[in-house]
Amino acid sequence: MLEVLRAEALVKRFDAVTAVDGVSFGVRRGEIFGFLGPNGAGKTTTINLLTGLARPTSGSMFLEGREYTGRPKQAQGLMGIVPDESNLYEELDGFVNLTFCAALYGIGKAERQQRAKRLLEQFGLSEAGKRPFKAYSKGMKRKLTIAAGIIHEPKILFLDEPTTGIDVASARQIRALIGGLNRYGTTVFLTTHYIEEAERLCHRIAFIVGGRLVRIGSLEELMTEHQRETVLELAVEEAGPGLAEALRGRFPSYAVHRPDERHLRVVADSTIELLPLLGALAEDGAVVTEAKLLRPTLEEVFVRVTGIEAAAMKQEREGKKK
Amino acid sequence: MSSWTAFRAIVTKDMKTYYLKPPNISWGLVFPFAWMLMFYLRSRTPLDIRALLPGVVSMSILFGTTSMLAVTITFERRSRSFERLLLAPIDLSLLMLAKTGGAILFGVLNAFVPVAVAAFAVDLSGIGWLSVIGSILLIAASSTFLGLFISVAVHEVFEAQTFSNFFRFPMLFLCGLFIPLTSLPVFLQPLSFLLPLTYGADILKAAINGDGILPLWVSFPVLLVFGVGLFLFSLHNIKRKWVL
Repeated sequence: MLEVLRAEALVKRFDAVTAVDGVSFGVRRGEIFGFLGPNGAGKTTTINLLTGLARPTSGSMFLEGREYTGRPKQAQGLMGIVPDESNLYEELDGFVNLTFCAALYGIGKAERQQRAKRLLEQFGLSEAGKRPFKAYSKGMKRKLTIAAGIIHEPKILFLDEPTTGIDVASARQIRALIGGLNRYGTTVFLTTHYIEEAERLCHRIAFIVGGRLVRIGSLEELMTEHQRETVLELAVEEAGPGLAEALRGRFPSYAVHRPDERHLRVVADSTIELLPLLGALAEDGAVVTEAKLLRPTLEEVFVRVTGIEAAAMKQEREGKKK
Repeated sequence: MSSWTAFRAIVTKDMKTYYLKPPNISWGLVFPFAWMLMFYLRSRTPLDIRALLPGVVSMSILFGTTSMLAVTITFERRSRSFERLLLAPIDLSLLMLAKTGGAILFGVLNAFVPVAVAAFAVDLSGIGWLSVIGSILLIAASSTFLGLFISVAVHEVFEAQTFSNFFRFPMLFLCGLFIPLTSLPVFLQPLSFLLPLTYGADILKAAINGDGILPLWVSFPVLLVFGVGLFLFSLHNIKRKWVL
């Protein structure tokens, strides 16, 4: 898969503080690439470097295979940027905000009006389009800011903490919008400190802590890498009290637990052979209604890799909301 | 071509959003009258409108541009909408020309209010209009670029206002409009020649009443240098301070 964006050994120092420390990664065409890390990890600084709001101390950046380090204006026309705070013009209405943003990218009058109208419809803001931006709710503001970020049809859309500080319903709508945009071909670079958001939306995720990328991979790769054992959970009915013990006797290499009356958990160092296990359960008179492989959650993987407790991340995001 | 679409959009947006708002228009109309009244009350002599015209025109421009631009840019930086402009694929020089273009235009329009009013009250024949128009444009540009310089130096809107006054008021009293340069204390006179308004006001005095003290071939280039210098210095500061 071709890379739309590439960062090579990016470093950003502010006096004695190194905010971004040798970060390298590529964003593939058509994917949602997530940057996951706590506040102060270097997520926004990385976006600022990539979009030209900050100059790297060292390192290189490429868009569509062409280097633009030190020449961000050459690349900005191909980027859409949605900052962590909605930054459109409070006095202007939704429609004018969108047409103004399109004009900044040199789009002609008729075309920008057509695109603004279409986006307002697509984002469910047609009626709000005539109201000033200051009269919008936070969720509506964020939606219009995303619309403004894509009105010039960029090759890559940067979304910095798109659902921070907005209500649950709006956050769901925005996640659905991001997913929809991606399905229609928009490549997305997303920073977030919501682990579940990264898990739901991103094709590949990079963990950033203290300005360094500590791990990068697809959800599948990250999970598999950190799956130390195979855990199979079975929903069972009509099972006697000695079922777990009986199974342990038959399969000494498996650890078998009974977390509650209706569930049985089988843990093994390697793979679990399903057919002999189901056969043994049937012989013991148990009816298996469901079997699922339990995988570590992204949160567990993140904690293992970064050493940062998920609770600390949660506390931070609650703080940021306020 | 696409950069000019952006340029036009920024100037139009700023004119509509900031400069052509009723409070600003009324300010542009009320301000010259207030100054004329002040001079009338102070001198208690029949008002010599033509003699006052260079001063009122200069002040209308200075007050209409410097703090207006400093405040609007500081406001946009606080609300982060200015970031949107920095992230657009427009050359920084052209972007800042677009941002200052609205204020320059507003300053020029402000300058013509007292001229238009004076035209009904006194005979304006014999005025060197080419010099008047040229100086109005250059005073508007250099005052606006002074506002740009101020906006790069401050973080808050109130600081922009305060810092503007720090430049404007000394400039008013040292530029020779109300106190002739030759009547100023000797130690202040060199300071007057470090102020752009001194040259702009002198051109206006020469063009309207024929009582300027500097030749036009000195005042025009010096004013131009002030304008270009302030713009380039501000641009350098923007690159240094806003693109980290």
